[in-house]
Amino acid sequence: MNTLYRSMLGGRSGLIGLAILAGLLLIVFPLLLEPFRLNMMGKYLSLAFVAIALVMCWGYGGIMSLGQGLFWGLGGYCMAAFLKLEAARNIASEAGTDQIKALSTVGLPDFMDWNQITELPWFWYPFKSFPLTLALMIVVPTVIAYIIGTAMFKRRVGGVYFAIITQALCWAMEILFVTRQGWTGGINGITDLRTLLGWDIRTPSAQSSIYFMTVVGILVCIVLGRWLLNSKFGRLLVAVRDMEDRVRFSGYDVANLKTTVFCIAAAMSAVGGAFFVLNVGFMSPKLVTIEPSIYMVIFCAVGGRMSLIGAVYGTLAVSYGRTFFSEEFPALWYFLMGSVFILVTMVFPDGLAGAATRGVPAAWRWLTRNFREPPPAPATAAVKEAQP
Amino acid sequence: MTAKIALALLLAASAGYSWDEIKGVMIMQGFAGLSLFSIFLLMALGLAIIFGQMKVINMAHGEFLTMGAYTTVFLSWLCESYAPGLLAWYFPVAMILAFFVAGSVGFLVEFAIIRHLYKRPLDTLLATWGLSMILQETFRQIAGARETSATMPEWLMGSLQPFEGVDIPINGIFLLGASLVLTVIVVINLYYTRSGLRVRATVMNRDMAGAVGINTRMTDRMTFALGCGIAGVAGAAFTTVGSISPSAGGLYIVDTFMVVVFGGAGSIIGTILAAFGIAQAQSVLEFFLSGVLAKVAVLLAVVFILMIRPQGLVVAKIRK
Amino acid sequence: MIYPHFALELEELTVSFDGFKAVNGVTLYVSKDELRVIIGPNGAGKTTLLDLICGRTKPTDGKITFMDKTLTRLPEQEIVRAGVVRKFQTPSIYPKLTVFENLEISHPKGRTAFGAIFFRRTSDVVDRIHEVAKEIYLADLLETEAEKLSHGQKQWLEIGMLLMADPQLLLLDEPVAGMSVREREQTAELLRRICKGRSAVVIEHDMKFVRRIADKVTVMHQGKVLAEGPMDDIEKDPRVVEVYLGH
Repeated sequence: MNTLYRSMLGGRSGLIGLAILAGLLLIVFPLLLEPFRLNMMGKYLSLAFVAIALVMCWGYGGIMSLGQGLFWGLGGYCMAAFLKLEAARNIASEAGTDQIKALSTVGLPDFMDWNQITELPWFWYPFKSFPLTLALMIVVPTVIAYIIGTAMFKRRVGGVYFAIITQALCWAMEILFVTRQGWTGGINGITDLRTLLGWDIRTPSAQSSIYFMTVVGILVCIVLGRWLLNSKFGRLLVAVRDMEDRVRFSGYDVANLKTTVFCIAAAMSAVGGAFFVLNVGFMSPKLVTIEPSIYMVIFCAVGGRMSLIGAVYGTLAVSYGRTFFSEEFPALWYFLMGSVFILVTMVFPDGLAGAATRGVPAAWRWLTRNFREPPPAPATAAVKEAQP
Repeated sequence: MTAKIALALLLAASAGYSWDEIKGVMIMQGFAGLSLFSIFLLMALGLAIIFGQMKVINMAHGEFLTMGAYTTVFLSWLCESYAPGLLAWYFPVAMILAFFVAGSVGFLVEFAIIRHLYKRPLDTLLATWGLSMILQETFRQIAGARETSATMPEWLMGSLQPFEGVDIPINGIFLLGASLVLTVIVVINLYYTRSGLRVRATVMNRDMAGAVGINTRMTDRMTFALGCGIAGVAGAAFTTVGSISPSAGGLYIVDTFMVVVFGGAGSIIGTILAAFGIAQAQSVLEFFLSGVLAKVAVLLAVVFILMIRPQGLVVAKIRK
Repeated sequence: MIYPHFALELEELTVSFDGFKAVNGVTLYVSKDELRVIIGPNGAGKTTLLDLICGRTKPTDGKITFMDKTLTRLPEQEIVRAGVVRKFQTPSIYPKLTVFENLEISHPKGRTAFGAIFFRRTSDVVDRIHEVAKEIYLADLLETEAEKLSHGQKQWLEIGMLLMADPQLLLLDEPVAGMSVREREQTAELLRRICKGRSAVVIEHDMKFVRRIADKVTVMHQGKVLAEGPMDDIEKDPRVVEVYLGH
């Protein structure tokens, strides 16, 4: 029990950090925010899954993936496919004898109908079943990550080259999804999703339930991530990042280690994509291409690339900033975001987490320098991550 | 080249085209491919210096191209408004001006950002992506979001007809010529001059180069500026075949990186070969598949070949 | 079995980089329990030879056998698992991890990804770490971050990391480079101690140090073996003198 407490929750400081985050997401936000904003937070949080994945993959393992949107998108598309088929079935049954509605092929998603597809493509069949959908949502991105990872890491393609190649692959996937309109809904994506196993996901109460599910998902991912990073595996990732050859010459299959973390990151991202679909009720290829993928990396960088909790704060801060500025001062947003990209890499490579673990104690000491015994600063633990 | 023809023939044969049709396709798509090749090469040349030699990932490279293009557009507009008589000859001036505008911005960028990040290549990627956002928005604020184009001098318009049924646009030939001349200049500069020697020495062994009296910081700065300047010239040349918008340069950035990586970072010959190969493959495939699918096929093929040859096409075998 | 007492056998080993033969037809036999030192001027191909044995570079031609197992085409980690470990010229340790963690990572338990995830710090692992740390003079520094160690201590740490796996053959590239005189003595003693029951191939320039540790010396020059034998004979060999003092 004690070891689990240490490895999964990160000891006392880790637990405090987690508790503050949980309190903020589970109590403060639902109390303060109107439903529309709360749903927006749910949307942002579904991106935080990717940021958490990138902390493991990039911050610890040193593998920068600029194509994480690919996995996030695959997870999202799997979930969307299931919801779409359910919606199509419902429309068919509602239509009943209605001549006009019944003209369309029964049980087929509307976009297929528009593209003169009369029969469900074979790879859509599994999405009729919810358990199969859940399985595929994890399995498909993981298998693709496994193929990419094995192919690249076995051949020692790494660093910048890997980043550029993942970017190209992500782009290739976007192109495929946009052009295969009849299979994927094309540029519009899969829209007009309504119910999940008969439960209308568009009602306010459903939306807030989904928000809480998303938060639980995030917290589970953080705990899981901590457990992995606090194991020998986590230390090996740092070792691979800093001194790859030494790990290899200590008898490890480096390619295998890298592929494993890449697969875990892919699976975690995919879960985020699925939560996104539940939160917003659609999926679109515009969300999975190069630019969103780079944003995902910047979420992680802003939060602090070595901090799982920081990744969540980073995602929320950047996404909220983006929404706020593009509503109020659209032109300013690009200048601001561009500057954040530059500043965070040049001045704050440890992101918000670094600022919190170093800046807050320093500020606290400065504020309390007149007292003899400064009490411990609770806020420092907020973003502090238990280092392995 | 032969491999590519074989591939095209194979595809064509399987799709049931006759030999004459295939020949027509080859010529037509061959020219289209050459024009794409010119654009890739122009973009990739600057990047081959910045990424290939200095190992800096400049995601804002496309914006330097855009900068050169806007310089040309601006100059053509000035000429048109104030000195219409000079319109025929402003273009060479625009190319030189584009070089200096993009080059000096590059100089400043190296000083302000890049030099702090030489040891963290992946971070450079993020920082320069931010830079590209800032630059794009700057273009949008100054020149507007709409596409614009430069007024072309008379001698760049029209087309040649070497034989019946074949039209070769002059601006296409000009673009190809410009990319080849620029390549030659880059090769000469890098491999046959003192300053090129300094660049290569600094890249190979920074400490040693410093020890023998090379100002490595200034060399870095000038190299980066040179790469950006070349992107500027490329942008000027680009205006002869297309219109320009704030995000135009960014559209080619992934392609360009693939070209440089595929060719083997650090090898100009490799870059040329890769630009040619990718452009030709894409344009030939475009005839059989739809344009975007051709793009996917080529991207996947490049990724696949990179798996087999992780160092790219042209690579020197050395002790690690 | 023609040479039953040899642990490491290199036969006609050749590697060429764009036509330049860095190692050219090297044949070398190292016995069990033997500490072999390779000397030679810069560019003789010493480091490349170690690269070939540990799999970092693949040979163009020739054969490498260790304990009757052919290593020639094996991937690096398989060579390590066969009992061959390598120390690099510049200390290569994990700077952000503590000495303890550096040693722990080098422990052969949990070498697969899942093995590492479910790896538990059991008492035998901890005992082994303490044992090795004592051997390499770092017992008091277990919780220090490796990047804070002195240069000599980093060299020892890397040797300790090799020992964690209880290897059969140690390949050491200039283990005393950058060490003080006192550290050199300690290292010589350390090497003599740890090489009992193992084989070792050491590259070294410091002749005094070589004389202290070597069972046998191989001299390399321009990718080839120039001479081989006990240190006393080597020093008198006119060809060796020519290579070192000539030109």
